[in-house]
Amino acid sequence: MSTLTVNKPIERAGAYFLLSVFAFLMLAPLFWALLTALKPVGAVFDDPFGLSVETWSLKSFVDVFQATPFHIYMLNTLKITAFSVLGVVATSALAGYAFAKLKFPGRDFLFMLLLATMMIPRQVTLVPTFILMKEFGLIDDHLSLILPGAISVFGMFLMKQFFITVPADYEEAAKIDGCGVLRRFFLIVLPFAKGTIATLVLLQVMAVWNDFLYPMVFLNSEMNRTLTLGLAILRGDMDTQWNMLMAAVVISNIPILVAFLVTQKFVIKGIAMTGLKG
Amino acid sequence: MTLKASVKEAIAGYFFILPIMLGFLVFLAFPVVASFFVSLAEWNLINDPGFAGIGNYIQLFQDPFFWTCLGNTAYFSFYAVLFGMVISLYLANLIQEAKPKGASFFKSTLFLPVILSSVAVALVWQWLLDGQMGMINHLLNMVGIPSVPWLTSPAVAMNSVIMVAVWRQIGYNMVIFLAALANVPDDLYEASSLDGASRFQTFWNVTWPLISPATFFIAVTSIINSFQVFDITTILTNGGPANSTNTLIMMIYQNGFQFFKMGYASAIAYVLFAVILIITAIQTIVSKKWVHS
Repeated sequence: MSTLTVNKPIERAGAYFLLSVFAFLMLAPLFWALLTALKPVGAVFDDPFGLSVETWSLKSFVDVFQATPFHIYMLNTLKITAFSVLGVVATSALAGYAFAKLKFPGRDFLFMLLLATMMIPRQVTLVPTFILMKEFGLIDDHLSLILPGAISVFGMFLMKQFFITVPADYEEAAKIDGCGVLRRFFLIVLPFAKGTIATLVLLQVMAVWNDFLYPMVFLNSEMNRTLTLGLAILRGDMDTQWNMLMAAVVISNIPILVAFLVTQKFVIKGIAMTGLKG
Repeated sequence: MTLKASVKEAIAGYFFILPIMLGFLVFLAFPVVASFFVSLAEWNLINDPGFAGIGNYIQLFQDPFFWTCLGNTAYFSFYAVLFGMVISLYLANLIQEAKPKGASFFKSTLFLPVILSSVAVALVWQWLLDGQMGMINHLLNMVGIPSVPWLTSPAVAMNSVIMVAVWRQIGYNMVIFLAALANVPDDLYEASSLDGASRFQTFWNVTWPLISPATFFIAVTSIINSFQVFDITTILTNGGPANSTNTLIMMIYQNGFQFFKMGYASAIAYVLFAVILIITAIQTIVSKKWVHS
């Protein structure tokens, strides 16, 4: 017996049973959302709990795009996510490398200063950031989300923690060959960080794709809305069209779901890493 | 020659950190400081700001709605963090001990709600918890239990919100707990079982102390996050019924961007900041007694 492994069959069965119950609790609401989206429009009111497969239709998915410019919301979210993530990777990798590998006066102080801000709830900055964006004339402009979204102290910390583990020998050899800092960073150190960058990208994609408060404050016009805003608007205040709304929920989460299924190892590893380093 | 190299390196260092430092100054340092000064002002963004001193704070502490929101937020945070941690630790332990064949399936499935947007999650649950057409009440009725006013009763609504938040959170905590559990050395378990310790004794005496840094990390970050709850309460109940689910961040949003009381909104934000700092400080002090490093 090498580990505390449960070996009695009855206990194993109990563990399977409990895990299955929780897996069901996680999946059932999502399946119910999908089923609702597939039902014909009237059916939700006539027979909200019916399950008949014959009447399934994709009409609600089409309705979403007719009721709202949902494809525009999707493109807006894609654009904001792409540029924020690109920015975060660039600023985090550069700063993470400098804090891990380069010596300069004030390095440790600046690093601690950045780390300390991780404690600050983002909402403390909401009102002044709004005023700032108003001064810049960026209200209702996607840049108002992309610019603040392009820096992440957490991302910098994640990259720094990785760069520390890259042995100095590689760079020493390149230094002797007369390789400058920029070339050492891009050609030697950065390729090692692929896994960490993937983790950072995915965590950041999830955060930006799902953001609600900031788009709600900074964006006004219909054509600039993001997916989460679109969902909230589509819900309406009364007479919610549940078929259509659930279809919109499915559509808006499919890209992130696919991204997760393809790369879940990185996401889970990254989150586990944040806990162990914390 | 060596001096020149070190100067070169320092210059490169400053260039590398320049982008993040610029962003830090404009989008973190400036707003945090500015927020404090705005909280001392009366300002609707149209007229010039007027000096209010600590007026906003005095008004805030005399505002019964603030205490309602603070109470709601604290209640939400306490139970969401408690259940979110207990359930996820239990599940992580179950996976770690039983090592079921489909372990990665269970991990991914339990993690699934984490990746969905909280807006989407809230909408799905709003549909499930709907009073008349919701699946949950339908299932309850089928086994003879009367319908529950999940989102329409002031006594129940916040508990429904907590349930949804926990549902979305446990996968995230579980992944961190699993990583911590995997780091517990096997020989400690062996020694414990040779001593004839029960499963619970082993958990309490071996596992719990060794995973305590992860537990502490989750406790701190969960509290900080849950004090910032906004999306779920906005979508699921919009603060109702009878303000029973209105939270502090919703109050900031309402005052800042619906009533355009920038000073008042900033004062709430600063009080929230202070509350989070105090709780984190208490957690850190208490942690010296139970977290093993």
